[in-house]
Amino acid sequence: MAGTSRTPQVDIMRSPLGRARGLGSAKAGAAHWWAQRISSIALVPLTLWFLCAMIRMIGVTRGDVVAWMAGPLTIVLMIALVIATFHHLQLGLQVVIEDYVDNDALRVGSILLVKGLSLLLALACIVSVLKLGL
Amino acid sequence: MRDVRDALMVARNTDGKLIRRPLSPHLQVYRWPISMALSIAHRVTGVGLGVGTLLLTWWLVAAAVSDGAFARVQWFLATPIGLLLLFGWTLALFFHLFAGIRHLAWDAGYGFEQPWYDRSAWAVVIATVVATLLLWVIGLAVW
Repeated sequence: MAGTSRTPQVDIMRSPLGRARGLGSAKAGAAHWWAQRISSIALVPLTLWFLCAMIRMIGVTRGDVVAWMAGPLTIVLMIALVIATFHHLQLGLQVVIEDYVDNDALRVGSILLVKGLSLLLALACIVSVLKLGL
Repeated sequence: MRDVRDALMVARNTDGKLIRRPLSPHLQVYRWPISMALSIAHRVTGVGLGVGTLLLTWWLVAAAVSDGAFARVQWFLATPIGLLLLFGWTLALFFHLFAGIRHLAWDAGYGFEQPWYDRSAWAVVIATVVATLLLWVIGLAVW
């Protein structure tokens, strides 16, 4: 910037109150916060169940996974785990990106990329679970 | 007061008594409290677990695709790199889980007061180490 040595001047005509109003509220902030908490509560039992299940999957063949996926309980819990995990993940990564990425285009672009990738990975997991179990 | 810098450090508190202002912490000499370390570790493990979901997706998709594809995942996970990734994943998962429960307690309005603020932080660290080691002892015994 050229005029750094000049006297600082305010070139905004709006009042501080008007500016604050223009910035608006957090809008969907509360919904985002709630969704992150609800998904985290769901993930506590789901993750512990998943870890117990994965201990039994050490060194197994594909046939054992198919046998494990045979019941509707496993399918339902796996899909619930996948949905809660990827929903929680994209909410969390969004906050991290919003905190550290200053450039508008880069920030919006990377948030969209994270959300799109999370959705695709979640769909790939769900389709795989259904293909294995049904 | 020894010099002018001392004078600038003197202020009055809300009772009107003269007090010495605290120095703001300087980053290079500031000792990290446990809560600061856990705060950033919660973020780092969260992002790390995001990378870990790629492993979960690969495992599930391979199981859905073919015997050969699934055998390749199982082979990779048993290599030193695979085991290291799995160990990092379980460590990050347990840390994020326990630190997350600590966060949920705060959201409900509990655990802000000392000494519980620091005690719960150390409880998270200890629980993470114990749970990770326990899981790997069981896992390696099964394997």
